[in-house]
Amino acid sequence: MTLNRRTFIGTGIATAAVLNAPMLRAQTKPRVVVIGGGAGGATAARYLANDSKGALDVTLVEANPIYTTCFFSNLYLGGFREFESLQHGYDKLAAGGVTVINDLATGVDRAAKTVTLAGGQVLAYDRLVLSPGIDFVEGSVPGWSVDTHAEIMPHAYKAGPQTQLLKAQIEAMPQGGTFAMIAPPNPYRCPPGPYERISMVAWTLSKMNPTAKILLVDPKEKYSKQGLFEDGWMRHYPGMIERIGPDFGGNNVEVRPDAMEVVIDGAVQKVDVCNVIPGQMAGKIAAIAGVTDDKGWAPVLPDTMKSKMDENVYVLGDSSAQGDMPKSGFSANSQAKVAAMAIRGELTGSKVFPAKYSNTCWSLLAADDGVKVGASYEPTPEKIGSTDTFISQNGEDAALRKQTYEESIGWYAGITADMFG
Amino acid sequence: MRTQNLKFLGVLAGALMALSLPASSAELIGDAEKGEIIFRQCSGCHEVGRGAQNRIGPELNRIFGRRAAAEKDGFYYSKGLQRMGADGLVWEFETLDAYLENPKALVTGTRMNFRGMKKPQDRADVLAYLRQFSDMPQNIPESSPTARAPEVELSPEVFALVGDPEYGEYLGSECQTCHQVNGDNAGIPSIVGWPEEDFVIAMHAYKRKIRPHPVMQMMAGRLTEEEIAALAAYFKGLQ
Repeated sequence: MTLNRRTFIGTGIATAAVLNAPMLRAQTKPRVVVIGGGAGGATAARYLANDSKGALDVTLVEANPIYTTCFFSNLYLGGFREFESLQHGYDKLAAGGVTVINDLATGVDRAAKTVTLAGGQVLAYDRLVLSPGIDFVEGSVPGWSVDTHAEIMPHAYKAGPQTQLLKAQIEAMPQGGTFAMIAPPNPYRCPPGPYERISMVAWTLSKMNPTAKILLVDPKEKYSKQGLFEDGWMRHYPGMIERIGPDFGGNNVEVRPDAMEVVIDGAVQKVDVCNVIPGQMAGKIAAIAGVTDDKGWAPVLPDTMKSKMDENVYVLGDSSAQGDMPKSGFSANSQAKVAAMAIRGELTGSKVFPAKYSNTCWSLLAADDGVKVGASYEPTPEKIGSTDTFISQNGEDAALRKQTYEESIGWYAGITADMFG
Repeated sequence: MRTQNLKFLGVLAGALMALSLPASSAELIGDAEKGEIIFRQCSGCHEVGRGAQNRIGPELNRIFGRRAAAEKDGFYYSKGLQRMGADGLVWEFETLDAYLENPKALVTGTRMNFRGMKKPQDRADVLAYLRQFSDMPQNIPESSPTARAPEVELSPEVFALVGDPEYGEYLGSECQTCHQVNGDNAGIPSIVGWPEEDFVIAMHAYKRKIRPHPVMQMMAGRLTEEEIAALAAYFKGLQ
């Protein structure tokens, strides 16, 4: 197996390498199949189709005809966003030249370079892009299984009916009841996500159920934006939220869905709502394709997002093991642009420029109190490495926090337009 | 100060009468001297006065009586403003007053990234100032354009760099995670259709951390001068 890594000689734009593209077979366009229509896959499909101006045959395989973004789904739980505002169709992508197939990919034959769909269709590819998001590690929270217990103790960590279920449960809690969250171990999708969710649940409860309690059971010592969240919780929801970290048994937890109990270090706690966010791994199709490692994630080359296992396969977003970037929609969108450029370079001979990546994660603490964290990244020989970072500061004035929130709304409009057209 | 306005009108009195302007423009609408100071909020994007040119926003000489989005001198207006212009919107005191109060309320989809001027007196003053550059185009006061001094001093070589739009297209894809190419600007400003020079100055101001926004400081911080030129060339071409 030879990996087609690109080297840049010298610096600056003039030296951007043009690759020796394979000769196009007569009358046949190179075929790219993209699996997963989220921030990674939709963006990659759109950029491949747009930028190649018809030179590539781009097919997007996504099980759901309407996609619900996981990012901003916490704002729905807080009542800041309508559920429908999180939903997006693929009409514009299709109009832009992407063949959209609403089916589930169930098999990948890397030797034959084909993808099999649940409906029986077989798609041939020259390059395959896998962007299937996450799946849950079975048994990571003792007592809980996604197939049997997600309707009782929802994960709501893939947006959709699960998110609506969790919101309905929160709203139906008895006065003074207890909401529990079992936070996931690293690495997982959207590092600040569980804690923004705690903020949004607290916002909702503070309005309709002010004597309710929130129990956050966390196996991790520390977490993203911790200082900002703790400051926000103290200011907005004093006395409502209790976090149990690993020092107090947060890493030794079992749930009993039928009894609605959480057992923390042997102590039984009755709860009214329990949001179980289990340990995570790459979306199943990545493992089926055989491009994942023993930790369940798909290692990729840092300059292109190309799988380390197969030079014809790229892996984007949450599923990939790339280095320092968090698993986020922003990251997946950023990685998709690098991969789309690399794939076009390979298949059409278009110019390839040095990869640049970036990420920003906004979180809402309460109405008009937004914070953010972000970083820029570049490939190093070993991994995608962080080059510069920033984070909101405690004590920022209300106007800046409001502006940060408004900026996040602008970002949502921007990234969804960038993904879906 | 009203006396200033009176003096100005006095000089032009004959001409004004001869032109039989609409009643609204012959009245004292505000304090032009105060308006000049208030206009500093606008001058980051708009120039007015002798030699004024289109920048991020259109130049504002002869704005009174101008049809919205009507300039034929190459300024690219938002579709929203073009539509309003086609529908017959003409900039007079009343329409400018409403636009300044809340730009997006009057013109849906405008790219003017301004929250609005809430105090009626402030609007009246700034419009009195602007009107000086409208009534008698051939008698524009001897003032220089009011655009602020650039935030960063850049060498001529930096401006002379010719950006590669193809490289700009790739680099610009990173901007489009947040900034929309259709010019929508809710929460995040529009960056399409800027003059290259203004784009270059803004990016260098972020790069040197003179402009405060942390995301932009980070994004601009790692761009070379050539890369900034490439981005400016690319976004200038987007309409």
